[in-house]
Amino acid sequence: MASNNNSSDRQRIAQQRLSRIAAHLHKHEHGNSGIIAKECKIDATGSTEENKGTVRRKRYRLSGMTLPRLQDWFENTFGASVKHKSPATPVLNASVVPPPRLNEAFVENLKATGIPFSNEAEDRVFRAHGHCLHEIFALREGKKFERIPDMVVWPNCHNDVVKIVELACKHNVCLIPYGGGTSALECPPEETRCIVSLDTSQMNRILWLDEQNLVAHIEAGIIGQGLERLLNESGYCTGHEPDSMEFTSLGGWVATRASGMKKNVYGNIEDLVIHIKAVTPRGVIEKSCQGPRMSTGPDIHHFILGSEGTLGVVTEVTMKIRPIPEYQKYGSVVFPNFEAGVACLREVAKQRCTPAPIRLMVPEVYTGSHPAHGPRGVHRLPSGSWSQRCTPAPIRLMDNKQFHFETNQAVRWLRTTDVAMSSPPIGKLLMYCPCCSRPTGYLSSHALKPQVSSIFTHFVEGLKKFYITKLKGFDPHQLVVATLLFEGDRERVLQHEKQVYDIAATFGGLAAGEDNGQRGYILTFVIAYLRDLGMDYCVVAESFETSVPWDRVLDLCQNVKERIIRECKERGVHQFQPLTSCRVTQTYDSGACIYFYFAFNYRGLADPVHTYEQVEHAAREEILANGGSLSHHHGVGKLRKEWMKDSISNVGVGMLKSVKDYVDPENIFGNRNLL
Amino acid sequence: MTTCEDPSGFKQEDEFMDILEERRRSSDLGHALRTFTPSPYKGAPPLSAGALNRMVLESQYLRYVTKEVAMETGESVDLVREEASGILDEMSQNLQLGFIRLLGFTLSKVFKRLFSHININQEGLNRLQQAIQEFPVILMPNHRSYVDFLVLSYILFTYDLPIPVIAAGIPLMDMKMVGEILRRSGAFFIRRAIGSDKLYWAVLSEYVRTIVRTGYAPVEFYVEGLRSRTLKSLTPKLGMMHMVLEPFFKGEVYDITLVPISISYDRVLEESLLAHELLGVPKPRETTMGLLKARRVLEEDYGSMHVYFGMPLSVRQLTKGRVDRCEYNLLPRDLPQRPSVETQECVSWLAQQVIRVQEQSSILSPWSLMACLVLQDHQNTDPAGEEQEKGLSWELLTQRTLWLKGLAISFGARLDWPEQLPENQVMASSIALHRYVIRCHQGRVTLLEEERPVGAAPFTTEEGVVRRARAVLMVAAYRNQALHVFIRPAMLALAIHTTHSSQREDIYSYFRFLLDLFSNDFIFITGRSSQDFEEACSLLRKCGAVQTSQQEVTSPEEGQRTTSFLRALLQPFIDAYQVVFRHLCLEDVEVFTERQMVPAVRSLATKLLLSGELTSCDALSSDTQKNVLSALLRLGAVTRLRTAEHSEFRANKPAISRLADTLAGRLPVQTAPNPRL
Repeated sequence: MASNNNSSDRQRIAQQRLSRIAAHLHKHEHGNSGIIAKECKIDATGSTEENKGTVRRKRYRLSGMTLPRLQDWFENTFGASVKHKSPATPVLNASVVPPPRLNEAFVENLKATGIPFSNEAEDRVFRAHGHCLHEIFALREGKKFERIPDMVVWPNCHNDVVKIVELACKHNVCLIPYGGGTSALECPPEETRCIVSLDTSQMNRILWLDEQNLVAHIEAGIIGQGLERLLNESGYCTGHEPDSMEFTSLGGWVATRASGMKKNVYGNIEDLVIHIKAVTPRGVIEKSCQGPRMSTGPDIHHFILGSEGTLGVVTEVTMKIRPIPEYQKYGSVVFPNFEAGVACLREVAKQRCTPAPIRLMVPEVYTGSHPAHGPRGVHRLPSGSWSQRCTPAPIRLMDNKQFHFETNQAVRWLRTTDVAMSSPPIGKLLMYCPCCSRPTGYLSSHALKPQVSSIFTHFVEGLKKFYITKLKGFDPHQLVVATLLFEGDRERVLQHEKQVYDIAATFGGLAAGEDNGQRGYILTFVIAYLRDLGMDYCVVAESFETSVPWDRVLDLCQNVKERIIRECKERGVHQFQPLTSCRVTQTYDSGACIYFYFAFNYRGLADPVHTYEQVEHAAREEILANGGSLSHHHGVGKLRKEWMKDSISNVGVGMLKSVKDYVDPENIFGNRNLL
Repeated sequence: MTTCEDPSGFKQEDEFMDILEERRRSSDLGHALRTFTPSPYKGAPPLSAGALNRMVLESQYLRYVTKEVAMETGESVDLVREEASGILDEMSQNLQLGFIRLLGFTLSKVFKRLFSHININQEGLNRLQQAIQEFPVILMPNHRSYVDFLVLSYILFTYDLPIPVIAAGIPLMDMKMVGEILRRSGAFFIRRAIGSDKLYWAVLSEYVRTIVRTGYAPVEFYVEGLRSRTLKSLTPKLGMMHMVLEPFFKGEVYDITLVPISISYDRVLEESLLAHELLGVPKPRETTMGLLKARRVLEEDYGSMHVYFGMPLSVRQLTKGRVDRCEYNLLPRDLPQRPSVETQECVSWLAQQVIRVQEQSSILSPWSLMACLVLQDHQNTDPAGEEQEKGLSWELLTQRTLWLKGLAISFGARLDWPEQLPENQVMASSIALHRYVIRCHQGRVTLLEEERPVGAAPFTTEEGVVRRARAVLMVAAYRNQALHVFIRPAMLALAIHTTHSSQREDIYSYFRFLLDLFSNDFIFITGRSSQDFEEACSLLRKCGAVQTSQQEVTSPEEGQRTTSFLRALLQPFIDAYQVVFRHLCLEDVEVFTERQMVPAVRSLATKLLLSGELTSCDALSSDTQKNVLSALLRLGAVTRLRTAEHSEFRANKPAISRLADTLAGRLPVQTAPNPRL
């Protein structure tokens, strides 16, 4: 147990996942997204040091480095300690992988088509899980897998998919589409047929680009970041930037009704999609033309959007594209408290001048509606301030906890780790993710300012802090920050920026600079990594989301956080209070999307994941009771199936069922999500 | 009893302490002027009474209702708004610390005169203090005397807890000065008959909700709605309950804490007034002059008062699975919304739960037990009998009281019986405390009748009945304080006796019939009849009065003493119900109002009393009569004709006589029981 061999093995397996994650990030190192996808495959198969050994060894060395300030933060927040590390289990043990149940006839026929496939244990295990907490946790603990895919196929194009689906129908084989590999992947344990994971990663080309109509026809297996990079080369973008865009695929977005943080400008996936081609057991479904809107009965796209892999595989999508904005400007606003922040976001949404992402984070000691803000904190502004509809960009509001995390801990920590800049990339990723303030070049495509650390910047930071907390009287335990991103032509951006800051000022908001905005914007991409890192320190964490009308935003945030804290207490999370934090990530005319983060130190708990699930279940009930939706963009999957009837009524469920019965009577697409 | 069956959480360790003791030792002025730094109310920013009123007036909800009312009446919106503002001015409290101090000083003086002790459970106050820091707190005392009104504020002031705002009836406001003092002590005033005044409802409910939502102050209100004249619990009124709970149902607060509070008196200040009111002597209007005249009251001894702060109840926990809060998702929260049937049932259930806890944690005085026995003896004595044989011998009373004490304790009653004193002395001092209604003369204990005013004409026979009834009803009030302890076993004993059956099923169905019929007089928790039955069985089993098996419930010979006592306890109520039934079945009664019914029943009862056919005076009590009417309405044996100002009723005679026969055991209990139970 204590031998060096063992512990390095353990670290190696943890590294496997990290390197896969990293592969998506290092676009500068790798040629194109196709390579990324292929490397994933290699990653999964090659557990030996020979494959890409150098890269991995470098990564490995870095992950073992000490991270002085991050550790502080973990210790202060969760009482985590290096003494109580919970390392991941060593290399995949063949004994925990059930043997494949192959359908011989299907395999024979598939061989004839020449489509690559595999039934290696690593390939199968790799496609048996998404990024949900319980899945990753089980992986780390080396638990026995109950049911995993029996084989994996890699179609290369739409026609390959047609062939596979036909064969699957013929031989009664269960298909589970695999795109980015983040969700909707668990195999139903009761499935007795051969389960084939249909990995679309090879279908990652832009087939054509139409500059007249500003649309692009793209294969559905392309990963978000790859797509964006390929389009950028031609001077375009989709503007669809979900937080998970480094992992998720276009087909996945369609299948789960994804939402990007810049939806205020570009729209959610359903607004971006012009044409969908999908292969179902009944055949191929698609529309006959690319008209921008049709009145041809209920939109058949909406059967596919959000179907979560239960009806078929999305193979090709025609999507709107936009020229890359000529000018981008980040911004941030500090508010005295969350109520003021929400009121401001609401006003911005009302005047329809939302920047692409605007996010608001909630204070820890949030205390209910403040009478000074009128009934339930809704400010009233003089009407008539409806300006011309400006191009919005994201606006997000982070709560006080996230604010602290981002500004205090992380920045301090970052300063002390400047030395680490010379370390290899993955190290930087791990080192810098919690603060994201400087070396973000590795994390996102936005060019960031180089780090200038000097006495002067310290001085300026100090002054700023003094100004906000002392002169303006903001309570550091209450204040929250909204991050903004403006896009468009320079003039419009500046005008728009002024407009938003003016509104913010009426709610007591203070402009807090571009750096903060940028940092917060990028923080979003990083949270998933933190979760995985946390697991090393006995911290489990996960996020969940909802959408809710404006008038319920404050109460919902407060009640859900309170519920989480109480449920944790009841379940024995005593030593340290769980971290609960939320942010308003999307704004709509009539409501907002709220994102919750929730983490706790699980030392002393027998089954932390179960505890986590119970708490999340309770939190979801609380959300529903407070008028929130079952999901804004994460989808239903298997976790939230039980609430579907209440959410969409019995008739609604019946309608969806009858579609499923017609399209896929044999339940070939048998992942059992949604219904 | 397990803890879950006993939500009041009373434990033997709960020790009472006397807050007057400290007052007798130190300066009242010092007490009134001490630094008052109440524990903060969670999430409550300081808010002035004026700001609170503005918030209410400017609320979305009130705007909406104002517009609606303006549309309906054709008045201008501004006019309606002004009207709303007027209602709010009339209603709103104006809590000021200065007045609390003044009140603290005065009450110290008054309480020390009236009461020998004011005992409170300190543990309960500690729990309350914790609860106050977490969620909005609703104080829910029972209401037995006007003294209840300010005693809680006084205690909370003494213990540095936030002063509550208190829902009070409008008549109190009309008293000169007193109204204003109460207002500044945190009282807000509610009209008695709100009826369908939409605007008034809107202002009131928004006012209450805003107080709860903002955590302005704890809200104190009487779930029984009125002061109980019979000292029994009253059927809960749900309007206020709904208003208070709505912020939770709508998700505006995470939870609401209900704190049931039991206030028990050895002797109630208004005792003689109570009996007068019940007998139809009109209640004097509440005036300041009246209050001053009543200062005679101050010169008497009222024994001790017990205030028990119950275990705080979490509304969130209690309503879990009973209320689907999603029903509020589809309407803007600022618009009025009728709660669903489930929510209404749940709120009513909660109210009953609170009353049950109040009952369970109320403190019985020895006098309550004696009252049960004295009345039973009185019932059995012929009023025309010999003077020297009248009354109960002291020895017999002592012996029976001690037996009853044992029974009450085994039934879980909380008794304030000073164990260090000899039993004789405890009882004698009880008699002394109640010397205006009872006397122990030459070893016999008799009820006292009202003295004939000097020079007045001699009483008519009817007046004589009323005179005797007054004393009986006064004593009956104290008996009623103990009824909640015995009521379930008593109903079981009666069921066994009346059905002449040993079959569990038969007995249970009659038991349910009784629960249902008497549910206006005694508060039962809806949907718990089988638990009530089991509870009754287990209590009686414990004292050897019944034997139970899977199929049978029998009453052995040796339990006769207990069962006959219990049956006799119920007898006055059964008699009273039968008298009302009998009246309603008379030929000349067709359509009637409540005002017509009460004197008619009273005269019938008087006649029956005189003829000796009726032995208990409870049938004369207007409260009991009204309860019968409500029960009949609920059971569909009487129908309401109009919902105008004075409702008219029509009696369904066959249904009533069926009920009468069932109650008397002449008819088996009909199946298809009320779905409510």
